[in-house]
Amino acid sequence: MAEALHADVAVVGAGPAGIAAACRAAESGAKTVLVDDGLAPGGQIHRHLPGEEPPPKARPWLKRLFRSGTRIVTAAAIFDAEGGGEGWLLRVLKGESALLVRSRCLVLATGARELFLPFPGWTLPGVTGPGAVQALVKSGADLRGRTAVVAGSGPLLLAAAAALAKAGVRVALVAEQAEWRSLVGFAGALLRTPAKIFEAWRDRLAFAGATYRTGFWVKAAGGTSRIERAHVTDGRRKLEVACDLLCVGYGLVPNLELPRLTGCALGPGHLGVSVTDRQETSIAGVFAAGEVCGVAGAEAAVAEGEIAGLAASGALRSGDPEARRLFAARASARRFGAALAAAFRLRHEVLALAAPDTIVCRCEDVSLSRLGSAASMREAKLQTRCGMGPCQGRVCSAALEALRGFAPDSVRPPLFPVPLEALASMEEKA
Amino acid sequence: MPETVDIRVDGRRVAVPRGITVAAVLVSLGHVSFRTSVSGQPRGPLCAMGICFECRVTIGGAPHQRACMTLCWPGMEVVTGG
Repeated sequence: MAEALHADVAVVGAGPAGIAAACRAAESGAKTVLVDDGLAPGGQIHRHLPGEEPPPKARPWLKRLFRSGTRIVTAAAIFDAEGGGEGWLLRVLKGESALLVRSRCLVLATGARELFLPFPGWTLPGVTGPGAVQALVKSGADLRGRTAVVAGSGPLLLAAAAALAKAGVRVALVAEQAEWRSLVGFAGALLRTPAKIFEAWRDRLAFAGATYRTGFWVKAAGGTSRIERAHVTDGRRKLEVACDLLCVGYGLVPNLELPRLTGCALGPGHLGVSVTDRQETSIAGVFAAGEVCGVAGAEAAVAEGEIAGLAASGALRSGDPEARRLFAARASARRFGAALAAAFRLRHEVLALAAPDTIVCRCEDVSLSRLGSAASMREAKLQTRCGMGPCQGRVCSAALEALRGFAPDSVRPPLFPVPLEALASMEEKA
Repeated sequence: MPETVDIRVDGRRVAVPRGITVAAVLVSLGHVSFRTSVSGQPRGPLCAMGICFECRVTIGGAPHQRACMTLCWPGMEVVTGG
């Protein structure tokens, strides 16, 4: 038998957007539940060790969240959602057991994950994402004395390199695939929001000593049973850099599984959930906020979370100065997101790194050549099991969308592998 | 964080800081390979945030647990390479 929580508003994801949404909804008098799969609220950006002081930027929001009366459920993965009309039912796996969350409205703030593009050697142990290595450091990993190469694209590379340097890792090289002139244009766009410039420079200073090369990318990882070296190029020159950590990621892609399961329409290019001014999706009573609506950073996430929380609890008054302030903050942060996407647009070379024998689906070990002439994710699945392993295509489907333009296949429950005992105990306690 | 808990990794006893994830422990100990893939390749964490399932290990006898999403508890038994 599963425990059931009842709420007016269920917020999914406890990053900046979800926390802001939960605070606003609960403060407006709505009975609010916040569900997150992480070990503590904060999301990836504010990840910290349980029992340790959260990062300074997160503190006011976390304090507000704990005072808001929101019921917080962490380490809980939502594997199914059902609803319409009367409200929504979330089926949640918490540890080994099942939990049900019933609510009138949903706010989806599921955030984003790193985009990984296959290249020869990318399955070698020791090859991670830049965000991943940051997460490991924030989870308590001791990496002192190791040598890292950080590569791919986006401001996350600088943040990851700074975090590694601070953790005692020698950062041998940071390779950004975008060209310098493109980044200069980006800095120009940023001048309207000087705080971000400051952050970027602080990050750069923290890892002084590392070389930051633009227009370079990792074309292969070398090693026998683990990463030993990165092969880096700008298309003409070839560098070989010895390392025992190689962190490669090409920016972020939104976590769209739950929004798609609930039926939310996506915006152009599947870059995020399509929302109205009130952050409401195409499904009445389902709101979305933050990176899941398109990657634009934490400031957009907070503004959108606040708007979604107010709207979901029926407290959004569009004409009020407070609402106008939030709308303006959202617009400015979204401009930042658009500048970001333009500046760090992926070059065609990084979409063509995989060799015929390069594994694309890491769960089922499906190589690029085995995909043959498959013309869609569905065909790839049926012919090769690509995307059918435990990650359910979260890694390869995003890669194949970038590489081959495959639209993601339909989403079906369970969204995560769930033990049969948990599924069997889904019946609601009376 | 001075407080530690004792866990076992592949039979070896290790004192780890309380509140650390299994993935963070394994990486700190120098384990780069966490599991063996379906075609026999060594694999370690890729995303470290619960998405990729590359960091699966056996924890307390339960197979396919994501090391990056699991906090160490006293007496925890972790087995890699499965």
